Amino acid sequence: MTQPLKKWSAAALFAVAALAARTACAQTPGDTDYRWLTFAVFAVIILITMYVTYLAAKRVRSASDFYTAGGGVSGFQNGWAIAGDYLSAASFLGIAGLIALYGYDGFMYSVGFLVAYITVLLLIAEPCRNIGRYTLADILAYRNDPQKTRVVGALSVIAVSTFYLTAQMVGGGVLVKTLIGINYETSVACVGVLMLSYVLFGGMIATTWVQIIKAVLLVCASLVIVALVWAPYGFSFPAFLQDIVVDPRVQSRVATLLGDPAKNMSALELGQRFLEPGLYFKAPIDQISLGLALIFGTAGLPHILMRFFTVRTALQARRSVVWAMAIIGGFYLLTLFLGFGAAHAVGPANIAAVDAGGNMAAPLLAQFIGGGPNSLFGNFMLAFVSAVAFATIVAVVAGLVLASASAIAHDLYVGVFRAGKPVTPEGQVRAARVATLIVGALSIGIGIGAKGQNVAVLVGLAFAVAASANFPCVLLTLYWKRCNTGGIVAGMLVGTIAAVGLTLVSPNLTYPKAVKAAAHKVLDGEAAKRAAASEALGSADNDVVAKAKKDLAALDKAVTKAKADIDKWGDSTTSFMGLEEPLIQMKNPGIFSIPLGFLAVLIGSLLFRDRRAEAMWDEVYVRQNTGLLVSKSTAH
Amino acid sequence: MTTPVNVDWSAITRDPRFQSLHRRKTSFLWGMMAVAVLYFLMLPVGAAYFQDLFKIKVWGVVNVGLLFALSEFVVTLCIAILYSRKASSDFDVIAAEIAADFANRSAPAGERRADRGVGA
Repeated sequence: MTQPLKKWSAAALFAVAALAARTACAQTPGDTDYRWLTFAVFAVIILITMYVTYLAAKRVRSASDFYTAGGGVSGFQNGWAIAGDYLSAASFLGIAGLIALYGYDGFMYSVGFLVAYITVLLLIAEPCRNIGRYTLADILAYRNDPQKTRVVGALSVIAVSTFYLTAQMVGGGVLVKTLIGINYETSVACVGVLMLSYVLFGGMIATTWVQIIKAVLLVCASLVIVALVWAPYGFSFPAFLQDIVVDPRVQSRVATLLGDPAKNMSALELGQRFLEPGLYFKAPIDQISLGLALIFGTAGLPHILMRFFTVRTALQARRSVVWAMAIIGGFYLLTLFLGFGAAHAVGPANIAAVDAGGNMAAPLLAQFIGGGPNSLFGNFMLAFVSAVAFATIVAVVAGLVLASASAIAHDLYVGVFRAGKPVTPEGQVRAARVATLIVGALSIGIGIGAKGQNVAVLVGLAFAVAASANFPCVLLTLYWKRCNTGGIVAGMLVGTIAAVGLTLVSPNLTYPKAVKAAAHKVLDGEAAKRAAASEALGSADNDVVAKAKKDLAALDKAVTKAKADIDKWGDSTTSFMGLEEPLIQMKNPGIFSIPLGFLAVLIGSLLFRDRRAEAMWDEVYVRQNTGLLVSKSTAH
Repeated sequence: MTTPVNVDWSAITRDPRFQSLHRRKTSFLWGMMAVAVLYFLMLPVGAAYFQDLFKIKVWGVVNVGLLFALSEFVVTLCIAILYSRKASSDFDVIAAEIAADFANRSAPAGERRADRGVGA
C-alpha cells in the first residue's frame, strides 16, 4: 500500500473507532448496565473485518483483484459470500418480522427468495462466468456494440444499485439507531465509512471476506436462537406450532388484523388462522407479480452477477450457487422459527410497538431467549444479533457500491470514455477507487437526505428493474441468436422505464387525499368512540374498565396521528407524481414490466439488423457451453 | 481482452458432439426451469384461490399450506442437486472433451494445458 493510502486507512479506522465508542455511550434498548457488552461485541466484529481488509489491501494490485478478487475465490467460499451478499437486513430482520406479525404470509416471501436461485443456477451463473469479466455490461458488450451496450448496461446497473443502496442505507440508519440508540445521521455515516474502508482498500477480496464472515455469524446466531426456542418442544414441529395457536397474544393479533369477521371466531380458530394464508397479502395478483419479480430479478441483480466473476470456472460458479442455495434455504427455514418464536415469546403487539415493520422481532427474541432484558446472557444475545445486523448492512452495501463503482470505472470510464486509449493497469485500479469513493460518499449523502422517507418500495423497485431490464437482456444475448445491440438498448430502456413508471403511478406512493380522508374519518369517529369508552369506564367489571382504558389510549394516539397527517399534507391533493389516486392498483409492476422488457428486446433486435452480433453467435454459444479459452480472461 | 487465438467457432457448432450436447442441455435446463417456475407459482395461486385446501390440518395444527410451502424448499433443492449431478457427470465431460479437442487444434503449444484444465 502507498503512503497516502496508509494514512487514509488509519484515519478511517480512527473515525470508526470513535463512532463505535460513541455507540457504546449511547442509550441501548437493553439495560444500561450492559452497554460495555454491546461495545465489546461490536468492537470484536469490526476489528476482525478490519484485519481481513488490512490483509486484503496488500493483495489488491490489478483491476482484476479489485473487481473480482483475481478470480481466486473457491465455489464453497463464493457460496457463503453470495449468501452474505443476498441475506440483507430486509430479509434477515424483515422476514422474521413479517412472520412474527402476519404468520404464514411472511413465510411465503422466504420461498420466493430461495426459488430465485434456480433461475441463477440453470440459466445465468455458468454462461456469465464463461462470457463476462468484471461487470454485467461485459456480457452485453461481448457480441453487441460495446459502447452503446456499456452505456445502457452501466446506467441500469447504477439505477438498480442506487434503489437498493438507498433502501439499505435508510433501513440501516433506522436499524442501527433503534438497536444501539445513536442518532440517524451518525448511524448512516458509520455504515458508510466502514463500508468505504473495506471496499476502497480491500476491493472484492475484502468485500468477499466481510460477506463470508457476516454470513457465518448470521447462520450461527440464528441456529443458536432456533435451537433454544425449539428445544423445549423436543424439536417437534406440531408441538411448537400448537403453542403458537393457543397463545392469547397471537389470537388477539389475528383478531386485530381481521377486524369484524373475527367476531364469530373462537380463540382457537383465531390462533389457527395465523398459520393460514391471507393476513398480509390481500390481492392475489400482487403476490404473483411480486413472486415473478423475485424469481427473475435476482438473476439480474448486478451485485449478485458480479460474484460469479470471482470464481475461475463454470464448475466453481455452479458449486457456488448450490452452496448459496443450501445456506440461503437453510436460513429461510430458520426464519419460520425465528418469526413464530418471536410472536410467542415477545408477542406481536410488543414487536410492532418497537418497530411497526417488525424488524426488531429477531433481536427481541434473542434477548428473551438469553434470559430477558436484565440478564447478562440476554443482553449478550441482543448485542450479538445487533452486531450481526450491523455487519449485514455493511456487507450488503459494500457489494452494491462495488457493483456501481465497477459500472462507472470499468464500463463508462475505461470502456466508453477512454475507448481506443487503453488505460494502464494502475490507472484502472485508481479509476475503480475514485469511483468507489464517489459512490460511497453519494450513498452516505442519499442515506442522510432520504431520512424519514418510505423506502420499502425501493427494494421492490430494484428487483422489478432487474427483472424487467437486466434479466431479459442478459438472458437473450446468451440464448438467442438474433439478439443484438438494438434489442439490448430497447430492452434496457423499456424495461427500466416500465418498471419505474408503473411504480410511480402505483399505490406504493403516498396519496395525500387518501391519507387526509382516513385522518378525517378517525376524527369524525372520535366523539362516538370516546363516549362509548367513558361509559365503559363506569362498569363494575374490571376487565371491561381495563379494555376501555386501553381503547382510550389507542384513540388518543390515533387522533394525534390523524391531526399530524392533516397538518403535514395541508392543501396538497396529489402524490409526488401529481396524481390524486393511483392509476393502477398493482403494488409490484413485474407482471406487466417483465413481458414488456422481453418484448422490447425481441422487437429491437428484429428492427435493427446487426451482422456482427449474429456472426459472433457461434463464439458466444460455444464459449458459454464449453468454457473454452475462459482461463485467458482471468489469468494475469 | 483475450489472447488472440484462432478457434474455429463455427466448426465446433457443426461438431455432432456439440450439437447433441446443446440439444440435451437445452431441453434439460428449460424443462427444469419450467417445473421450478410452475411449482413456485402454485404457492401464491394456492394461497389466494385454494384457501380451503391450504387450511386442512394434517399433522396436529400443521396444515396443507405450511407443508406445501416447506415442499417448495425440498423441490428447489432437489432440482439444484439433480442439475448439479447431471452437469458434472454428463455435460461437463462432453464439454471438456470438445474444448480440449479444439483447443489442441488451434492454440499455440504453450497454452494447451491451461485450456484443457478449464472444462475438467
